[in-house]
Amino acid sequence: MKKSKLVMVGNGMAGVRTLEELIKVAPDLYDISVFGAEPHPNYNRILLSPVLAGEQTLDEIVLNSWDWYTDNHITLHAGKKVVEVDRIKRVVRADDGTEEEYDRLLMCTGSNPFILPVPGKDLQGVIAYRDIADTNAMIDAATKYKKAVVIGGGLLGLEAANGLMLRGMEVTVVHVMPWLMERQLDDVAGKLLQKSLEDRGLKFLIGAQTQELTGNEEGRVKSIKFKDGSEVATDLVVMAVGIRPNTQLAESMRLHCNKGIVVNDTMQTVTDARIYSVGECAAHRGIAYGLVAPLFEQAKVAANHLAMFGIGRYSGSLTSTKLKVTGIDLFSAGEFMGSDGAEEIVMSDPFGGVYKKLVIKDDKLIGACLYGDTVDGSYYFKLLRDGRNVSDIRDKLIFGESNLGDAGHEGQNKAALMADDAEVCGCNGVNKGTICKAIKEKGLFTLDEVRKHTKASASCGSCTGLVEQILMFTAGGDYSATPKLKAMCACTDHGHQAVRDAIRANKLLSISDTFKFMEWKTPNGCATCRPAVNYYLISTWPKQAKDDPQSRFINERSHANIQKDGTYSVIPRMWGGETTASELRRIADAVDKYKIPTVKVTGGQRIDLLGVKKEDLQNVWKDIGMPSGHAYAKALRTVKTCVGSEWCRMGTQDSTQMGKDLERAMWRMYAPHKVKFAVSGCPRNCAESGIKDVGIIGVDSGWEMYIAGNGGIKTEVAHFFTKLKTAAEVLEYTGAFCELYRQEGWYLERTVHYVNRVGLDYVKKKILEDHEGRKALWEQLQFALDGEPDPWFDLKEASVDARQFEKLTPA
Amino acid sequence: MSEWKKICLVTDIPVLGSRRVSRAKGIDVAVFRNDQDQVFALLDRCPHKGGPLSQGIVFGTSVACPLHNWTIGLADGCAKQPDEGCTPKFSCKVETGQVFLDAVELATLALDLQPPRAGPGATSGALGDESFSVQAPQTA
Repeated sequence: MKKSKLVMVGNGMAGVRTLEELIKVAPDLYDISVFGAEPHPNYNRILLSPVLAGEQTLDEIVLNSWDWYTDNHITLHAGKKVVEVDRIKRVVRADDGTEEEYDRLLMCTGSNPFILPVPGKDLQGVIAYRDIADTNAMIDAATKYKKAVVIGGGLLGLEAANGLMLRGMEVTVVHVMPWLMERQLDDVAGKLLQKSLEDRGLKFLIGAQTQELTGNEEGRVKSIKFKDGSEVATDLVVMAVGIRPNTQLAESMRLHCNKGIVVNDTMQTVTDARIYSVGECAAHRGIAYGLVAPLFEQAKVAANHLAMFGIGRYSGSLTSTKLKVTGIDLFSAGEFMGSDGAEEIVMSDPFGGVYKKLVIKDDKLIGACLYGDTVDGSYYFKLLRDGRNVSDIRDKLIFGESNLGDAGHEGQNKAALMADDAEVCGCNGVNKGTICKAIKEKGLFTLDEVRKHTKASASCGSCTGLVEQILMFTAGGDYSATPKLKAMCACTDHGHQAVRDAIRANKLLSISDTFKFMEWKTPNGCATCRPAVNYYLISTWPKQAKDDPQSRFINERSHANIQKDGTYSVIPRMWGGETTASELRRIADAVDKYKIPTVKVTGGQRIDLLGVKKEDLQNVWKDIGMPSGHAYAKALRTVKTCVGSEWCRMGTQDSTQMGKDLERAMWRMYAPHKVKFAVSGCPRNCAESGIKDVGIIGVDSGWEMYIAGNGGIKTEVAHFFTKLKTAAEVLEYTGAFCELYRQEGWYLERTVHYVNRVGLDYVKKKILEDHEGRKALWEQLQFALDGEPDPWFDLKEASVDARQFEKLTPA
Repeated sequence: MSEWKKICLVTDIPVLGSRRVSRAKGIDVAVFRNDQDQVFALLDRCPHKGGPLSQGIVFGTSVACPLHNWTIGLADGCAKQPDEGCTPKFSCKVETGQVFLDAVELATLALDLQPPRAGPGATSGALGDESFSVQAPQTA
């Protein structure tokens, strides 16, 4: 079959990203040719500022080398500007007469800098700041001249000014608005920024309106005159007052343009469905985006549609901003200026150079503006995107996500100040230098890519903010904007909620039915989606959906914890942390008999036997004769208790008995992630109930219940939930909360993250206010757990494939 | 002319699962079965930190190592990009539902590779760390 022809006009970041995405999914569908007006391969335009500042070279910012085009059989017409497109004959014509026919056309003409219409704008030494030629002109001017004026105190203008200053020029920034970066910062942050830049040596003329540029005899600019009559001498004028979508060609083709080339949700122009447009030139729902993250989202959708999959939809992006001036951290997103009916939380330390403002409306975060300490930018951005109710965390919100117990990177919050050998990711031992190197050498753009290549932030995720900062100043721009809906894994475009909903609504009972129904892209999923789907099936349809052990992680398949040498650990259940002499004797005997190298008391008041060979597992279980502790599973693990009123002179309640009752009622309970309980007999709280998924604290008049605590990666103090009178109530409320979490939590989401996602108020409504609903949930849990097998003893009922324990020997 | 050793029936291996095959010397061999009843054999040792691949989740023609979730191709034993490294693969044939491995390979392939270590004495736990033997705590 003859290949279709795809022609791309414009060789910029959004367009080439579209081609990359297209080649990834449909490598042989099109003959591709590309026209680019600049005589360069695709480069990272955002990094022109570091090039200007002398921190990087032009070669370093090339994204796709000439070889990339050849390797992918793409014809590149570099340095040829398209002047005409005949939509009837479907032919593209460049200024030198080169022609290409097309079946599909991709318009990525980007944007043009806006040039102030003042007298003298055409003088020598008056330039815009947009491409490599402009950057070279500035670098060149800095070697010959002394004085520069930058018109425009926005993102681009300040980066240009900073770069020229670093190259030794005296720079004055002229800004007509009352403070710098007025579209990204509020007045306070804008003035902090101005002060910090003044300390570095920049001069500012705020509120000055340019009237005229005057030239000398050679036709080169010599001064700038303002409306108030003042005048500043200069040898170079850089106009950075904004960009306009470049729609000249599109208009000549009679494509509908309105603040850009108007496109629909599949990035096709509304005028001609053969023609797509992505990038700064495209107007989607009235917005032409100028930041890279949304453009990459557009690229993905356009590629998907070009590949004839046609399932992607672009529905707009929220954007956030960061400035690429080394050593200055600022971040803003959403409606940071506030609006009618909005409330503001402000923290201001002008001497320390830190300013944070959060804008809240209807209990939701709608805007954020940070200066000086931006490590929580991505946290706020996520809250903003998710539209989550923040009333329950409002008192702590301004201090960010990292204010409490965030372990693993020495409490660092300024990546730029970290040395290259400083550790960023404490889980995987990745230092800053390694991350920077990978970003530069492998051309990484997104957090996901950095995770894949370096493993930084890939385990516990507590250093995500730092990694994003590093990504931002190494690759430029803000790449943190992930689509609102995160796909479960590469096997599907559906997110966790969609899969859960579909399983419930359509009564899907097996993994293969689910994959078929949800149009999975891979025949049998992967190690990420299969365990999740398996959990959703068995938690949604207990006793009906069949558990698939081959879709469980090894620990839940062999019912023991795999260790780094391939042996296993065995943790028997000790109800409420209590044991007996005969249990201990059996454990001791098993340790001797099977030569188990390490015996350790766990944090959950149990005993861990480490280094058991897989062949011995069944016999060890049998010899010990105690129930499975499920210490290997996403299930109820331990119920930690203190001694309680039976012995303790302070105890007010029998916490050990309460713990045993809870454990007996809910053991064998699989959940989205591991679940830990604790019961303390008095407010001294020796069982540490404040950092458990459900923590119970006895008081003289009954029991206090706390939920969604976590002692792990990030210490999260549990929320006080309710006060209960009887042990029966403790069982019912705890069970109901667990069942709610079981039914609604996403796989691998701990209770703290689940409650953060849905909001504590929602959980209170479901459990505390809806009495019928609570009872129903508690009954559903009891139904699900009734008759569940102990996998250590009822192998068949628990679908344990016993063949795994035996080794084969060649005949 | 290679000599083939009878290992097991295809049906002795769980679908999307694996079995371990012990050898006279050297690390075990893992035999895998996918949902198309294709059978593959690799040294049971991830190129990353030596994890037992036989214990991983099998999907498509890959297995995810149970230790750090590297994806290893069943056909070639190689890690999926951007991770790097390969584990030795073993010749494997299926005839009338019976799985065979090559006797010479079983006896000679990858005997030099060390299993990963853990427990008291295995300070670094690095692959091929020679100075370690498991100490059972009992004396008698």
